[in-house]
Amino acid sequence: MGPWRDKAVLGVTAALRRSAGRGDRSAGEAVLRPAGLKPGWLVGGVLAVAVALVAGVAFGPVSLPPGSVAAELLNLIPGVRLHSGLSEREVAIVTELRLPRVVLGLLVGAMLALAGAAYQGVFRNPLADPHLLGVAAGAGLGVTAVIAFRSTAGDATSNLPIGVPLAAFAGAIGAVALTYSLGAAGGRSRTPATLILAGVAVSAFLAAGQTYLMQRHVDSLREVYSWLLGRLATAGWHDVLMILPYVVVTGAIVLSQRRALDVMSVGDEEAMSLGLHPQRSRYLLIVAASLGTAAAVSVSGLIGFVGIIVPHTLRLLAGPSYRSILPLSVLFGGAFLALTDLLARTVAGPSEIPIGVVTAFLGAPFFVLVLRTNHAVAP
Amino acid sequence: MSVAEQSAISARGLTVRLGGKIIVAGIDLDVAEGSWVTIIGPNGAGKSTVLRAIGGLLAFTGRVELVGTPVDKLPRRERARTVATVAQSPVVPPGMRVLDYVLLGRTPYIPALGRESAADLAAVAEVLASLDLEELTDRRLDTLSGGERQRVFLARALAQGARILLLDEPTSALDIGHQQEVLELVDRLRAERGLTVLATMHDLSTAGEYADVMVLLAGGLIRAVGPPREVLTEDLLATHYRVRVKVIEGERGPLVVPVRG
Repeated sequence: MGPWRDKAVLGVTAALRRSAGRGDRSAGEAVLRPAGLKPGWLVGGVLAVAVALVAGVAFGPVSLPPGSVAAELLNLIPGVRLHSGLSEREVAIVTELRLPRVVLGLLVGAMLALAGAAYQGVFRNPLADPHLLGVAAGAGLGVTAVIAFRSTAGDATSNLPIGVPLAAFAGAIGAVALTYSLGAAGGRSRTPATLILAGVAVSAFLAAGQTYLMQRHVDSLREVYSWLLGRLATAGWHDVLMILPYVVVTGAIVLSQRRALDVMSVGDEEAMSLGLHPQRSRYLLIVAASLGTAAAVSVSGLIGFVGIIVPHTLRLLAGPSYRSILPLSVLFGGAFLALTDLLARTVAGPSEIPIGVVTAFLGAPFFVLVLRTNHAVAP
Repeated sequence: MSVAEQSAISARGLTVRLGGKIIVAGIDLDVAEGSWVTIIGPNGAGKSTVLRAIGGLLAFTGRVELVGTPVDKLPRRERARTVATVAQSPVVPPGMRVLDYVLLGRTPYIPALGRESAADLAAVAEVLASLDLEELTDRRLDTLSGGERQRVFLARALAQGARILLLDEPTSALDIGHQQEVLELVDRLRAERGLTVLATMHDLSTAGEYADVMVLLAGGLIRAVGPPREVLTEDLLATHYRVRVKVIEGERGPLVVPVRG
C-alpha cells in the first residue's frame, strides 16, 4: 500500500465534496437540487469496493501482483477469459482462501455500517448503534454459555464449535427482544430514549451474566475472548453463503426506508402530520438492522465502531440525508472493513491482530473527534 | 357563523384524556372556511391539546370533522394534504438545508419508494418565492435567525398544499417586530390562497387584530366564543387570566394592554 494510493483517495474525496450538493444557478433561473445520492458519490463507493477487493486479495503472506489479481477476479464473471499469469496454486489462493475472506469482510462491513446508520436515523443520535440495544451483550452471553457448556461437557479442545454462531445469533436476537419489551413497558409515554435506556439496562444485566459464567469456567476464557474480539478468518464460502441472505433481505428493508428516515428527523409527531407512519418505519428498521447485525456477529464475532465511524464520516462529507448515507454506508462500510482486515493481518507480520481490536483502536479517537465537533443531538 | 355552509373544521364534544387525566372536555367548535379563529387561554388551559386533536395527532373522544370528513377516518397521507400543522417548537434537524426542509412538506405526495417529482419541486419553489425565502434556499436551517426560521416552518406547512392551517403559538419565540411580520404574512397568505387558519396564542396584545373569531379556553373548557371584542373584555380576562388589563378599541380590532394596579 504505497503513498500514491492515499493521495488518490484524498484527491477523490475532495473532488466529491466539491461536486456534491450546490445547485447551479444560471442567470435568474434557480435549479433546485434536493438532497439525495449524488452520482459522484456512488461511483466513489463502487471504486472503494473495487480497490478493497483487489488489495485485500492481492496482499498477504504471499503477495500477488494486483494487476493479475484484478484479471483473475474478472475471470470469475461468466464469459470473461483473461490471461492473468497466475499459477494454479496462486489462483486457488485467490478463489478459495482470500476471496471468501475479503467478500465476508465486505458483507459484514456493509451490514454493520448500514445497521449503524439505520439506528442513528431511528434514534436521531449520531452515536447510536445496534450494540446499544444489547446485540453485543446478548451475543457475548450466548457465545460464553455455549463455550462454557462445551468445556464442562469435555469438548474443550474443539475448534470453532458449530453451536457458537447459532448461540451468538440467538443471544443477540433475544437481547433485542428483551430490550424492546422492556422499553415498551413505558406505555404511551415511550420515547426513543426509553428504548436506549432499556438497552443499557439489558446490556448490563447480560454482561453481568457473561462475567459470572467466565469466572466459573476460567479455562474457556481464551476461546471466548478470541470470539469476542472478532475475526474474519474463513476458508471456503460457507460463512459467506450463510450471511448473504440476511444481508440482502435486511439491506433491502433498511434501504426502502431511507426517505422515511429523513422525514423522521423532525420527530414522530411532525412526521405523522406529514402523512408518515413513523412507528411502523421505526419498527421495521430496528428489526431489520438487529437481525442483520446478529447474523454478522454470529459469523464474525463482535466488531465494534464500524456502525459509528462509517455512517458518521459519510454524514460529515456527503450531507445529512439518509438517501445518501444509507446506500453509501453499504459501499464504504464494506470497503472500510475489508481494508481494516487487510491491515489487521499484514501489520503484525504473520500473526493477525483481532479485527475488533483494530476497529477499536480506530474508533476511540474517532469518538473523541465526534464528541468535540458534534452539532446538536436532536432530543 | 352560518350553519348552512360546511365548516372547514367542525368539532363536537371533543374530549382528550392524557395519562388518565381529562385535559379538555366537551369542546364544540366551528371554523368557517377562509376564516381565522384564534384560541386563547392561560397556560395549561389545553389550547395545544385541542389543536393537536383537531390535527389528528392525538387520540380523542367526540367528533372532529375536516371539510365534512371525520379526521380519524382519513388515511394519513390524505389527512396531511387536508390539514397542515406548525408545532409550537418544531424540531430543527441538524445540517438540513431550507430547501430539503420545505420539501418535507411534499411527503404526502411522494410515493413511499419513489422520489420527488418536478411538480413537487415546482410547488416548493413557489412557496419559497411567496415567503421571500429564495435567498435562503441553500442555507442550513440551524443557522437562520428566529424570524427566518418561522417563515421556513410556515413554508413547509404551505408546501403540503393543505387548505387548513393549524398554528400552535406561531409568535411566542419571536421579538415584537417579527411577531407582527409573521401574523401579517399569515393573513396575506390566507387571503391569497383561501386558507382556513386556526391558531393558539397566549400573547394577547395584538391577537384581537387578526382573528375573525376568538375562543377563550380555560381549565379545559370553552368559556367564551365570539368576535374579538366580545371575548377580549376586561372582565373575562380578569377572571380567567387573573390580570388587570385595559382593552383599547383599535382600527383593526381590540388591543389588550396590561396595567399595574
